Amino acid sequence: MVVADLLSSFSPSPELHVLAVDDSFVDRKVIERLLRISACKVTTVESGTRALQYLGLDGDTGSSGLKDLKVNLIVTDYSMPGLTGYELLKKIKESSVFREIPVVIMSSENIQPRIEQCMTEGAEDFLLKPVKLADVKRLKELIMRSGEAEERKTTNPSPTRILQNDFDSSSSSTSSSSFHDGSSLDEDTQSSKRMKLEFTVQD
Amino acid sequence: MNAGIAQLQMQFRDYTISLYQQGFLDDQFTELKKLQDDGSPDFVAEVLSLFFEDCVKLIGNMARALDKSTGTVDFSQVGASVHQLKGSSSSVGAKRVKGLCVTFKEYCEAQNYEGCVRCLQQVDIEYKTLKTKLQDMFNLEKQIVQAGGVVPQVDID
Repeated sequence: MVVADLLSSFSPSPELHVLAVDDSFVDRKVIERLLRISACKVTTVESGTRALQYLGLDGDTGSSGLKDLKVNLIVTDYSMPGLTGYELLKKIKESSVFREIPVVIMSSENIQPRIEQCMTEGAEDFLLKPVKLADVKRLKELIMRSGEAEERKTTNPSPTRILQNDFDSSSSSTSSSSFHDGSSLDEDTQSSKRMKLEFTVQD
Repeated sequence: MNAGIAQLQMQFRDYTISLYQQGFLDDQFTELKKLQDDGSPDFVAEVLSLFFEDCVKLIGNMARALDKSTGTVDFSQVGASVHQLKGSSSSVGAKRVKGLCVTFKEYCEAQNYEGCVRCLQQVDIEYKTLKTKLQDMFNLEKQIVQAGGVVPQVDID
């Protein structure tokens, strides 16, 4: 166990590649910076249609090379002209290739039915805009922890959509020290924009 | 020249605090400042610049949609632009602009023409006022840096 820890501390932790979808120029700039400062690779697109094109899901086979740049997370605005964030979410979850990619929805409106609809469709999380650094940090931790749990092939089917407070009790891994930062969990619960607290009973 | 820098820093601090106290800015602006560093020293100015461009574009859309000479007013079209402006003002911490957009949106939903026109005029004034204020703030920053000083971090409680 100790040797494994040492080895993992020498190899660079892989950067998450995030695809951010938003029709607002201002919001794209902000989300891009939030993600970059959180050590993520970022690709921004202005619409759901463009997002599908980027992923190669739009039927056009021209974008074959893009599969090399694996996307680890998709963050999308809900209200967009054309394909909404919800419709984009559905298309991704319908795809056998991309359905495993976590999708996070952002919205400036705190509408319960909307949130529930997205979570039911398989969204990883729902962020209330304006998005803050604490939101992105928490998101990154969530994604990286669930990716790590998959790697360890844990038999404990800990759902990825779990409350922060459940992190320590539900995770069976003991040496997740490279990603776990206990102190930040406390400050993040102050971040008032989290919708997930309303879904405690979901899983 | 240290006295000069100290004075500029104090001016900057006071000015920044006043912008928050007078409701021009809210904590989202503070969040944007967190994203600025030596690698991206102009991040806040760049985002705000994009925001002001957005204002010009969206207010233009609203004005056109509220133009009665072209026929009946499509309030949903006005509302769509107001919604977008509300979003971007919220993202940059432009508190007064955002507040106006909330009211504006209500008038759109109520299909209140006079209310909408009033809001349009107010939001136009408001973004321009903010633009001037921020310009003054950025200028103070520049002066501090040019004098060899460091821009102080201002804590807003």
